[in-house]
Amino acid sequence: MRFVTSLPGYPALMLRGIVIALSLAATALVLAACGSGASSNARVTLTWFIFNEPSGGPQKVAKRCSEQSNGAYEIKFEYLPSQADQQREQLVRRLGAEDDSLDLLGMDVVWTGEFANAGWLAPVPEKTARVVSDQVFDSVLQTARFEDRLYTIPIWSNTQFLWYRKDRTPTPPKTWDEMIDEAEKLGPSKGRIQVQANRYEGLVVLVNQLIESAGTSILAAPKEIDLQREPTERALGILGRLSRSPIAASNITTSTEDTARLGFESGNSAFMINYSFVYPSAKANAPKIFEQMRAAKYPQVDPSIPSKPPIGGINIGVSAYSKHQQEAFAATECLVKPDNQLEIAKLGGLPPVRADIYDRPEIQDAYPGFAEIVRESIKDAAPRPSQSPAYQDLSLAISRAVHPTTAIDPKNLGAAYDKLRDAVQKAIDRKGLL
Amino acid sequence: MTAIPIGKRSKKAPASDKTKAERKLGLMLCAPAVVAMLLVTVYPILYAVALSVQKVDLRFPEESGFVGLANYKAVLTSDLWWQGVFNTSLIAVVSVSIELVLGMGLALVMHRAIFGRGVVRTAVLIPYGVVTVVAAFAWFFAFDPSSGFVNNLPFVPDDKAWFGGHNSSLSVIIMAEVWKTTPFMGLLLLAGLATIDEGLYEAARVDGATAWQRFWRITLPLLKPALLVALLFRTLDAFRVFDSIFVMTRGAQDTESVSILGYNQLISRLNLGLGSAVSVLIFVLVLLIAFVFVRILGTSNPASQGERS
Repeated sequence: MRFVTSLPGYPALMLRGIVIALSLAATALVLAACGSGASSNARVTLTWFIFNEPSGGPQKVAKRCSEQSNGAYEIKFEYLPSQADQQREQLVRRLGAEDDSLDLLGMDVVWTGEFANAGWLAPVPEKTARVVSDQVFDSVLQTARFEDRLYTIPIWSNTQFLWYRKDRTPTPPKTWDEMIDEAEKLGPSKGRIQVQANRYEGLVVLVNQLIESAGTSILAAPKEIDLQREPTERALGILGRLSRSPIAASNITTSTEDTARLGFESGNSAFMINYSFVYPSAKANAPKIFEQMRAAKYPQVDPSIPSKPPIGGINIGVSAYSKHQQEAFAATECLVKPDNQLEIAKLGGLPPVRADIYDRPEIQDAYPGFAEIVRESIKDAAPRPSQSPAYQDLSLAISRAVHPTTAIDPKNLGAAYDKLRDAVQKAIDRKGLL
Repeated sequence: MTAIPIGKRSKKAPASDKTKAERKLGLMLCAPAVVAMLLVTVYPILYAVALSVQKVDLRFPEESGFVGLANYKAVLTSDLWWQGVFNTSLIAVVSVSIELVLGMGLALVMHRAIFGRGVVRTAVLIPYGVVTVVAAFAWFFAFDPSSGFVNNLPFVPDDKAWFGGHNSSLSVIIMAEVWKTTPFMGLLLLAGLATIDEGLYEAARVDGATAWQRFWRITLPLLKPALLVALLFRTLDAFRVFDSIFVMTRGAQDTESVSILGYNQLISRLNLGLGSAVSVLIFVLVLLIAFVFVRILGTSNPASQGERS
């Protein structure tokens, strides 16, 4: 305090008085803070960082849970951007700085390994883990685990379907080859196939599902490559054949979920691989096409192996830096209750992660006529190789290795295979630029 | 150079009490700005250099440690880095050249506009006022086959996928950059034009010089300082191109710039060591460009000339 009292123009006594008053006020504040922490009936505010899901489903169930908690907690929302990589970017920046203002994290299914290994997630306690994994699809639980431990709590899932035009193909094709054959018969003005093959996460999904459906995997373990040659080449062959065919979308090398939807709604397509959001979209934008639009299960690569649809959706993580982890886990138990999952499905069409919900009649409101396909698809789904904490390296390397897909020569698949394998190996080693 | 540095003057003559007090006051007034600058620029730069010689990956906290120049070696031996340097240089050279020609035209128009001068200048400056990301999206949507108008124009194939090829993507990126920053170039050149004495033109006209001769013999030589400043600023800016590429291709079709590479290592991979090495190398390249401009191209110091113009 020496420098304070030596300031000219202010009587030392007055300054001392101010200093004493300030210290008293500070002490009072500290005491008040301690008091509120110690009392048992104070309401804790839990902050949930998640993108603003347009249907309002998460908000509705969060409000419901806050009310049912008997004053234990209140869930408040902080919204993240709508694109997954930008959501991740914001979360990572805050978690990297050990920000304690995050309690609940709305996480893409592929972030579990990396967030858990970085030490940003509080592992799910045994008791909560039992409650929240009851009846949940195995494929979904795989995305929530890291090193055999549950780190996140799945709240909704997502998957892709084969959308087709009933007026152009009365029965949906079973395999990719059948689909391309049928499309080529219809020709480029009526039979285009819409997929996602821009150099981004959507292409990694496509490649992963083709490889899984062919009967192999990208990784056998977090640091061990799988990619058996014969099935991988078969998967790459389909990708090359499709991309080079006249029935591929003209913008295939830049195609995303949204360009695929727009392409299908424009009327020149007979098939599309996409998530369920395209259904309400077609209803609003292209009612005539919507009437003919039907969903089938993701196409097979090998007629003797069931197809492996992709898996998306949101898992809730509890931040390791949260000061209210106990309340946060209690909140997740409530948020993923069957009634709440059903509510989210009804409002936003986001598929529940519990298998038993698909037995309830209300699910038909969310997926008129194709609830069974949703269930089958999620049950058979194969996650991307996100058990590796270096998943982003893998994702960059894989999309770089197969893009543009038009460069994959179906007559020289060995080259495409070697390129992919080298890229995956490099990503596992985490060496060099990507 | 119009101002004499304070340090030099104090050596020549012993300062009086009054000048001493003034200097002290001056230093005290500068101090907050200097401290702020140190905090916001020097600290991050040093921190980046420190990170670049370590293995730091946020996803693998247990693996950190000093690795010396290994990160730099990894970057400099990578084809991606050199492809990035080539792309960035190409974008910088082509876009700045086009901007220079168009900007000069704009500056002459703004300078000579007889009526509606204010309106012309405001209209010209609009693109520069648009946020780069917004401008990039506007160009992206214009050229995107599913939403754009470009493919409906005559002589353009209806299903041309502009972002599906290396050359066409780069062209659109360069066009967006040019559209966005030509006004800035024009503005700097306009400031240069304003300093040229009208009398010179009148004298030249009396001597029978053509318009071309007047431009070539009077305008250009006298505009050189302003030109150098404009070129330096724009080249440095163009070399850090990020937004347009990020919005339009995300680096697909081999359109990655060095900044996009830095983003991939730092933000996507959370590999702070490798990413910082990329950032430091970009910093060194930018310094080199500035050095070349100041020392080799300009006989005089362009920065001080820029102040005067």
